[in-house]
Amino acid sequence: MSVLVYTENWDGKFKKLSFELVSYAHEIAKMLNTQTVVLSIGNVAHDELQKLGTYGASTVMSVDNDCCKNLDNQVYSHIITQAASKADANIIILAHNNIGKALAPRLSVRLKAGLATGVLSLPQSIEPFTITRKVFTSKAIANIIINTPVKIVTLLQNSFGIHENQAAVQIETFNPDLSAVTAKTVIKEVNKVTGKLLLTDAEIVVSGGRGMKGPENWGGIEELAALLGAATACSRPVSDEGWRPHSEHTGQTGKIIAPDLYIALGISGAIQHLGGVSGSKCIVAVNKDPDAPIFEAADYGIVGDVMKVLPEFIAAVKEIKQS
Amino acid sequence: MKILICISNVPDTTTKIKFVNNNTTFDKSGVQWIINPWDELALTRVLDLKDAQAGIESVTVMNVGLADAEPTIRKALAIGADKAIRINADPVDSFQVASLLADAIKKDPYDIVLCGIESCDYNGASVGGMLAELLDMPSVSAISFLNIAGGKVELKREIDGGQESIEIATPFVGIVQKGIAKDPRIPNMRGIMMAKTKPLQVLEPSAANTLTSVGSFDLPKAKAACKKIDPDNVKELVRLLHYEAKLI
Ligand SMILES: Cc1cc2nc3c(=O)[nH]c(=O)nc-3n(C[C@H](O)[C@H](O)[C@H](O)COP(=O)(O)OP(=O)(O)OC[C@H]3O[C@@H](n4cnc5c(N)ncnc54)[C@H](O)[C@@H]3O)c2cc1C
Ligand SMILES: Nc1ncnc2c1ncn2[C@@H]1O[C@H](COP(=O)(O)O)[C@@H](O)[C@H]1O
Repeated sequence: MSVLVYTENWDGKFKKLSFELVSYAHEIAKMLNTQTVVLSIGNVAHDELQKLGTYGASTVMSVDNDCCKNLDNQVYSHIITQAASKADANIIILAHNNIGKALAPRLSVRLKAGLATGVLSLPQSIEPFTITRKVFTSKAIANIIINTPVKIVTLLQNSFGIHENQAAVQIETFNPDLSAVTAKTVIKEVNKVTGKLLLTDAEIVVSGGRGMKGPENWGGIEELAALLGAATACSRPVSDEGWRPHSEHTGQTGKIIAPDLYIALGISGAIQHLGGVSGSKCIVAVNKDPDAPIFEAADYGIVGDVMKVLPEFIAAVKEIKQS
Repeated sequence: MKILICISNVPDTTTKIKFVNNNTTFDKSGVQWIINPWDELALTRVLDLKDAQAGIESVTVMNVGLADAEPTIRKALAIGADKAIRINADPVDSFQVASLLADAIKKDPYDIVLCGIESCDYNGASVGGMLAELLDMPSVSAISFLNIAGGKVELKREIDGGQESIEIATPFVGIVQKGIAKDPRIPNMRGIMMAKTKPLQVLEPSAANTLTSVGSFDLPKAKAACKKIDPDNVKELVRLLHYEAKLI
């Protein structure tokens, strides 16, 4: 018996998301009185693998094989299936990001394991295995019961947090048998911005809507974000208009994020927008319309002209950072 | 090429969500139903490619649902799909949906099967990947671009901080997200008239298992009222965020 976590790495490094997954798995492993095993695929240095022990991993299985550098969903599903069998895993945990969403359903079929995606917290009970997740684009919560011996969950990023649980970690090389599968996705080109804080990783997000009037007014948003160490985001019409890149669009049809602080500037707070941000721990809204629905979701609000409020916001942050 | 788009029939995105029977059943009364937004975008892109003579022979849409899903299915025909199939079942979980779709697809295969990244009712983000595994086909997820030219398929998928351009041979399952098309096609009068005469085949479901069930639903806890700050005192907001919320 064990709890198996699959975590991706980013150019050989783990990040907060990996540590959150391991912390979460460790807590479930405690409920089950068993161990946490982590599977890592790709070139990751020993020291980096060792870090997973800080969050409770007792074994790390590392597939350091050049064949698997690029994500091919079939190849990866084969590897994770074999790891699950070797670790005798009865719970498998992945991130609820693009990679987890691509792999978990395939694994569910391969392992005949019930799947709960985008879970928010620890299982409410182990027998029967009951766990909560958001449904109807965050407008409701469902208590899902998984009825199979092996269970798979994908965890919504930033919903559990990082918890240190130093374990004596053993690192093993894992050599899956890939004779029965070949990669069919051929990657022609990778286009990636590096060095920019990713929206999904950010603890603070500064976001602008149509109330910002035009792309020329984003200087203030960028400045505030830089001061706060935040990522920038926007509402859908803003990205549809081409004022901002599509990757910044948050909401039901864009990215679903749950930062600690979400600052919404000139965003009305349409239900589809809130679907992507309502998991934020604190929402600040600036909008000139006192009846804008964003104020129903917000913790702090200013009814006022964002063009006037934003420069003052920036000045006040500078002042407090200096004090 | 024969292309299939799996469409789920979901409540309009502005629907007020309510439950009945002790919070175990979604209350469908008064709900407006739509084609799941990503499925609609996938359909739009495929029809654009068909119009551009990209070598698409037929575009089929398939839904697992009861007869009450037919207006939504007809809308897909009105937008321009050639043919529709409804598998007559009220599914319990994504695995059951995927199994029913897979059984129908095995009997009458397609070159490309497209699904949306998630349906905005149960938000499972599961059916596409499950379907690919059941069909033993490759899958590409988070597709934000699809082109077909000279029999070749080019895709882009979203990765952290960017995109990957991918080539893949058919058959495969594509799981589509935003970006694949800008706005969904709106059916015109001619499309609506034609939809009435297009085939909508109803299949009886095969025997399919479920792996999960929903115990009950809850509504999110009401949020505490928003603390309003005087627009002439923005400093106070920053002070609260620093000292009270301790977030900056
Ligand atoms: C199927 C579907 C899916 C969708 N998915 C998404 C999604 O994922 N994400 C998303 O964001 N939207 C989504 N939408 C669109 C959504 O319904 C709204 O249209 C959109 O969120 C509105 O964006 P906005 O708030 O920026 O613009 P608007 O609705 O135009 O609001 C602008 C706001 O700015 C305020 N304002 C104007 N000037 C000022 C000023 N000077 N100072 C302060 N405030 C000012 C106004 O009072 C207003 O509240 C979706 C819609 C549909 C139908
Ligand atoms: N009942 C259904 N009938 C047909 N296709 C479906 C159905 N449910 C989901 N799908 C497809 O699977 C995708 C993802 O749905 P889900 O896994 O339910 O979030 C949708 O965008 C559809 O393409």
